[in-house]
Amino acid sequence: MSLLQQKTGSVVRLENVSKSYGDLLALDRVSLTVAPGEFVCLLGASGCGKSTLLSLVAGLDGITGGTLDTGGRKVSLMFQEAALFPWLSVRGNVELPLRLQGVSRSERRQRAEDLLGIVRLTGFADKRPHELSGGMRQRVALARALAQDADILLMDEPFGALDAMTRDILHDELERIWREQQLTVLFVTHNVREAVRLGDRVILLSSRPGRVIEDYAITHARPRRIDSPEVSGQAAEITDRLRAEVARHAH
Amino acid sequence: MPTDTAVESAEVAGLDALELQPKREKGALGKRVWRSAWPKFLAIAIVLLIWQAAVWSEWKPIYVLPSPATVFTDLGNVITTADFWDGVRVTMTRAFTGFLLAVVIGTIIGALVSQFAPLRAAIGSLITGLQTMPSIMWFPLAILLFQLSESAILFVVVLGAAPSVANGLISGIDYVPRTWLRVGQVLGMRGFAKYRHLILPASLPSFISGLKQGWAFSWRSLMAGELLVIVPGALSIGVRMQQARDLSDSSLVICYIIVVLIIGILIDVLFNTADNALRKRWGLLGS
Repeated sequence: MSLLQQKTGSVVRLENVSKSYGDLLALDRVSLTVAPGEFVCLLGASGCGKSTLLSLVAGLDGITGGTLDTGGRKVSLMFQEAALFPWLSVRGNVELPLRLQGVSRSERRQRAEDLLGIVRLTGFADKRPHELSGGMRQRVALARALAQDADILLMDEPFGALDAMTRDILHDELERIWREQQLTVLFVTHNVREAVRLGDRVILLSSRPGRVIEDYAITHARPRRIDSPEVSGQAAEITDRLRAEVARHAH
Repeated sequence: MPTDTAVESAEVAGLDALELQPKREKGALGKRVWRSAWPKFLAIAIVLLIWQAAVWSEWKPIYVLPSPATVFTDLGNVITTADFWDGVRVTMTRAFTGFLLAVVIGTIIGALVSQFAPLRAAIGSLITGLQTMPSIMWFPLAILLFQLSESAILFVVVLGAAPSVANGLISGIDYVPRTWLRVGQVLGMRGFAKYRHLILPASLPSFISGLKQGWAFSWRSLMAGELLVIVPGALSIGVRMQQARDLSDSSLVICYIIVVLIIGILIDVLFNTADNALRKRWGLLGS
């Protein structure tokens, strides 16, 4: 156990993190901690820098100011597009992170089989990505992310491009996998109900620049439903707050 | 709730089944072949008809413009001689050596240019310039450099094909989608692994079109070369055609034109098969 973990019990810790691109300030002194096994949703309107924040945590981009500490943990990132490689089969895509880690062929195959089982795609291993539906591709992308064996799973609007029915079912799936695999998830969305449906906490960000304006604890019992009165009620409350924030930008 | 997972599982499986496209029957093989073949046969028939009409109209004397029947009889006689196949062998050996050499050189240059920005600034536009240059322009220089030898022909064939191959690879590497690059970054691909697992496979479609175009250029350069650079002892298709012209044997000249056309079509079919197989694997074909 690292010193950081003993001190704070967090896997991701941001303290006054700022990020600017030239003159444009994208994130302004954002502070945020994520505990192990926690499901945290980042919510905000356009221009709140939520995707930027994930890129910083994933180490794809450098911070301009403040402290960002993941304690050297492995981080995996999923996007709105599944972005599977078309020259590989479903199995090949899931095996790719293992191949890059130098895992042996037989072990790779076994792990990929297990991971496809977790996302309920056993039997689709030899298909090509283009033969699958959008929701199935996104599950393959999840299996690929899990194959990285990361401690932190970052998700950048992963269900944004899916239809409502598929999204509902994938919410159930993600919740189950998060629970079974004991993942720590940082999930970006602009869909308030989705955030309340999934998160232990919902962090509301302001726009231009992105700042943390609210940190809601979501305590409803799981498994939840997106259309349950509790979820809808709290979503309505958060939506009002978000709308007030958006209205602030109308000059 | 013990049945919850079972219900969820059924929901997921049901949704997957609904979203997958049902398989459609493609129809019998014979029918499909016929469907794609008959327009081609019709086109050939129309060309032959126009040719025959020109002969009937006595637009040119019959010994200058022979009838299709004469030409195809001659063609039948020619292709049954061992001499003819020797000629094909000489020409195809040159074509393949030249093309392979061009692929190797073009790939190396393409990889270097896409990797190093100063190199791109220096020779990037030069490559495109070379590509548009008619290859026949190189022959006087090639003959001065290498005399009337195989090397002179090879030199021009490589100069004709290598720029296309290099350009295919460069544009393939340039247009690797950003999201794939991001995935590569997330998966921690660096250096050689990034090339092996991401850049090279991702640039394959563009590379194959580069190869196809490169082949077309090298085949053209080779035919020009065989008519201009006559290497003693090597009785290639070009040389035989030139001999037929010297003997004013129009029929034989047309025979060789048909032979070159057929070889060109056959190779093109090979490239298209490779291209289509790749597109099908990638799901780029509307089906």
